[in-house]
Amino acid sequence: MTIDERMLKELGVKDVDALFVDIPMEVRKEGLDLRNGLDEYEVVREVREMLSSDLNSEKAPCFLGAGIYDHFIPAAVKSIIMRSEFITSYTPYEAEISQGMLHSMFEYQSLVSELTAMDVVNSSNYDASTALGEAATMCHRILPKKKFLIPEAMSWEKKSVLRNYLWGPQLEAVEYAYDPYTGGIDLNDLADKADEDVCGLYAEVPNFFGTIDPAALELKKRFPNIPLVIGVDPISLGILTPPGEYGADIVIGEGQSLGSSMNFGGPLLGIFACKKEHVRKMPGRLIGMTRDNTGERAFCMTLQTREQHIRRSKATSNICTNEALMAVAAAVYLSVVGPKGLKAIAKANISNARDLIEKIDGLDGFDAPVFKAYHFNEFVVRTSVRPEKLNKHLARKSIIGGLDLSRHIPRMNEHMLFTTTEVHSEADHDRLVAALKEVA
Amino acid sequence: MYRQARYDTKTVFELGGGSDPCIRLKGELQDIAPESMMRKGLCLPETPEREVIKHYVNLSQRNFSVDNGLYPLGSCTMKYNPKFADALSSLPSVASIHPYQDEDTVQGAMQLLHRLEGMLCAISDMDAVTLQPAAGAQGEFTGMLIAKAYHRANGQDRIEVVIPDSAHGTNPASAAMAGYGVLEIPSNADGCVDIEALKGAVSHKTAAFMITNPNTLGIFEDQIREIADIVHDAGALLYYDGANFNAILGMTSPGRMNFDIMHFNLHKTFATPHGGGGPGAGPVGVRKHLEKYLPVPRVVEQGGKYRFDYDRPESIGKVRAFHGNFAVLVRAYAYILRHGGDGLKEISQAAVLNSNYLKSKLVVEYEMPYRPLRKHEFVISARKQAKERNVKALDIAKRLLDFGYMSPTIYFPSLVEEALMIEPTESETKETLDQFAETLIRIAREDPDVIHAAPNNTSVGRVDELYAARELILTWKDYLAKTKVKKESG
Repeated sequence: MTIDERMLKELGVKDVDALFVDIPMEVRKEGLDLRNGLDEYEVVREVREMLSSDLNSEKAPCFLGAGIYDHFIPAAVKSIIMRSEFITSYTPYEAEISQGMLHSMFEYQSLVSELTAMDVVNSSNYDASTALGEAATMCHRILPKKKFLIPEAMSWEKKSVLRNYLWGPQLEAVEYAYDPYTGGIDLNDLADKADEDVCGLYAEVPNFFGTIDPAALELKKRFPNIPLVIGVDPISLGILTPPGEYGADIVIGEGQSLGSSMNFGGPLLGIFACKKEHVRKMPGRLIGMTRDNTGERAFCMTLQTREQHIRRSKATSNICTNEALMAVAAAVYLSVVGPKGLKAIAKANISNARDLIEKIDGLDGFDAPVFKAYHFNEFVVRTSVRPEKLNKHLARKSIIGGLDLSRHIPRMNEHMLFTTTEVHSEADHDRLVAALKEVA
Repeated sequence: MYRQARYDTKTVFELGGGSDPCIRLKGELQDIAPESMMRKGLCLPETPEREVIKHYVNLSQRNFSVDNGLYPLGSCTMKYNPKFADALSSLPSVASIHPYQDEDTVQGAMQLLHRLEGMLCAISDMDAVTLQPAAGAQGEFTGMLIAKAYHRANGQDRIEVVIPDSAHGTNPASAAMAGYGVLEIPSNADGCVDIEALKGAVSHKTAAFMITNPNTLGIFEDQIREIADIVHDAGALLYYDGANFNAILGMTSPGRMNFDIMHFNLHKTFATPHGGGGPGAGPVGVRKHLEKYLPVPRVVEQGGKYRFDYDRPESIGKVRAFHGNFAVLVRAYAYILRHGGDGLKEISQAAVLNSNYLKSKLVVEYEMPYRPLRKHEFVISARKQAKERNVKALDIAKRLLDFGYMSPTIYFPSLVEEALMIEPTESETKETLDQFAETLIRIAREDPDVIHAAPNNTSVGRVDELYAARELILTWKDYLAKTKVKKESG
């Protein structure tokens, strides 16, 4: 960066320090304790080298999931979201010159609305965990009671994030049990806990164990007065009944599967949808279709009076920066694969999971799936080998193994969650199984 | 003269033609899921990839970005986003790693996180940094939760957060989300924190005072140490909103100003692209006494090996899943490496020079209340133009679009009437600034009718926001329902 002397001269100051005289000496800092700058090629070389020995899913099949998935991303998605006009723009405050982003966001809202069968979709939250946090506080705005019901079978990260979102409004997360045989919702336990202090009920389809539990269809019938929040894997909606058809008031989900990379866990895409009657209680940005002064179709941000820049401390959320570019990726993804493609991808996930379940279950020392249910693309395996030891062995064989479940469900200390998607070949499965065989 | 692309405004639902084959299944799958859970219909668009690409490329051409031209949106620091950082974030070793991988298999990624934390500590003079928050506002929320944890550990029930009236809207919203009552204090005649009002506002109930420095007028709050003392004497914490950090790199720091907690906006100060609204990244820095409350896991180094430490009993837990927006963090890391200590300081110097230079060109025509010396941004007023010629800040903003400029932030901060908040950043040349200044001055002298008719050179003319709020067409399905009703009634 060079200081343009011409501007200093026109300002009539000797040097740039004259523009910093308002910073008192007592708070001055004498430069930065960092290395000197590098040339571009040096930076690129250094970062590449630093990361070069890490294992990634392009050189090792990855059998991890639990919210982040290694799905196929059509090249078309990246070619669109890396376009300067999208990636280097800001929030579309000036609608007339930002129609591209607004129009794309409207399409994202429309596509996810179709996918979930919900009326309204915001143009993104940070990720599924924060979307759940916002869904819980939104339930409290709909029904001002103090308890929010969540499944015990849920990622510990989501539980932890949720507790932080509940801390401010002093709500309590209450866990209901899973059925030890099917891994699904224990409806009796849920009924016990669904008392008159409950402001919302959350369930996931597929759930944390990868099972497709038809009990989700019963929730609104059984508990009609409690706002129902359903967490989805959007890919599974290529084939599964959308939550809007079984009474969900709010739908959240992790949209990373729709055209975004795993990125070590971020950026992600928090899907957030709701019924129209709740729209004014909803967090986040909404894009509406409108017209310009000549009557031409146009788009703009709308219902902004819910948002922090207008309503400040009375806003429905503090969210400002969101995951807009990942929402564009999702829109392009869904448009490219189309309805038949999404259905085929969902089927391929189910089919691959079945293949891998069968192969792992055939090994001595492994039991899969632990839960007797339909599975989507992941399933629980009981193993006689410590999961950590198993994963280290797999890593040596250039395989990214499954998830140790004990951090999430402490009593599941000999259980792992294995995930497979449409990108996993039969050869990948066979490699995993051969490697598992060596340690069993 | 600027002309933005105009195409027809069809949505992806109106393209047609049928999808390309996606994946071919080996054989038909039976008994897929419980019968009751099988989806009946799915109305996604069916159109070939060729049409999808054409559609979105054309849409992109109807979107203005930093790579198109000057984007002087105040408080948003829309600087140039270097391409090498994007290229690095696309490496498989960034994009294709899973957050639950065994630590042995992601030592490089963990080293990057650890080093970036160290760099941000050096830049801010904070003692520890978490990279977890997804955006600036989430950083604020995280900071407020840390304040809660700290006061709770001290057995104190502090229920209020004090904020100047010139603060970004996220500040009060984040404090409220954390369960705090918000007390806004007015600015003084200089546009700075009113020391007496602050003294009157803080008490044993105050959890924190949130402030950005330089403030949203671009004025450096030179009484910051006194402010810090007042806040600390009341037992409260001082929170630094890092949105305006681009003004002070290497010159001063939140640590030197005695802040306790802060957030960075990597998508502002450290040049990561803002993606049309996101993703961003909002790391949070704290002083030593607050480190134990930071979110888990912490990346720790032992004998050259990195591991995630989850065993932090006083931690607030998590504010989002996983380790932060890694692909954004990689870009910021690369940006800091590229510029180094001296380079970052020069960035702030150039940003402040550009801002003061541009301001000097504009005060000839526009009023600028409060003191003349500004940092990275400044706020002019169209009060005179509004009064004399009925040309409001909004009109000027819209007219600017016709010349191929993004407009400044308008009507913020609210203590300036008809505010236009301008932040040119260090990325722009004198030639660009001169031309922009000439344009703003030309507009001030232009026929008001021409201005009121603007914009004309953008993809669409002035957009009807009231219609959008009234009709509430939020999806393609809404649109179809409205047109159907209209057809039936017509």
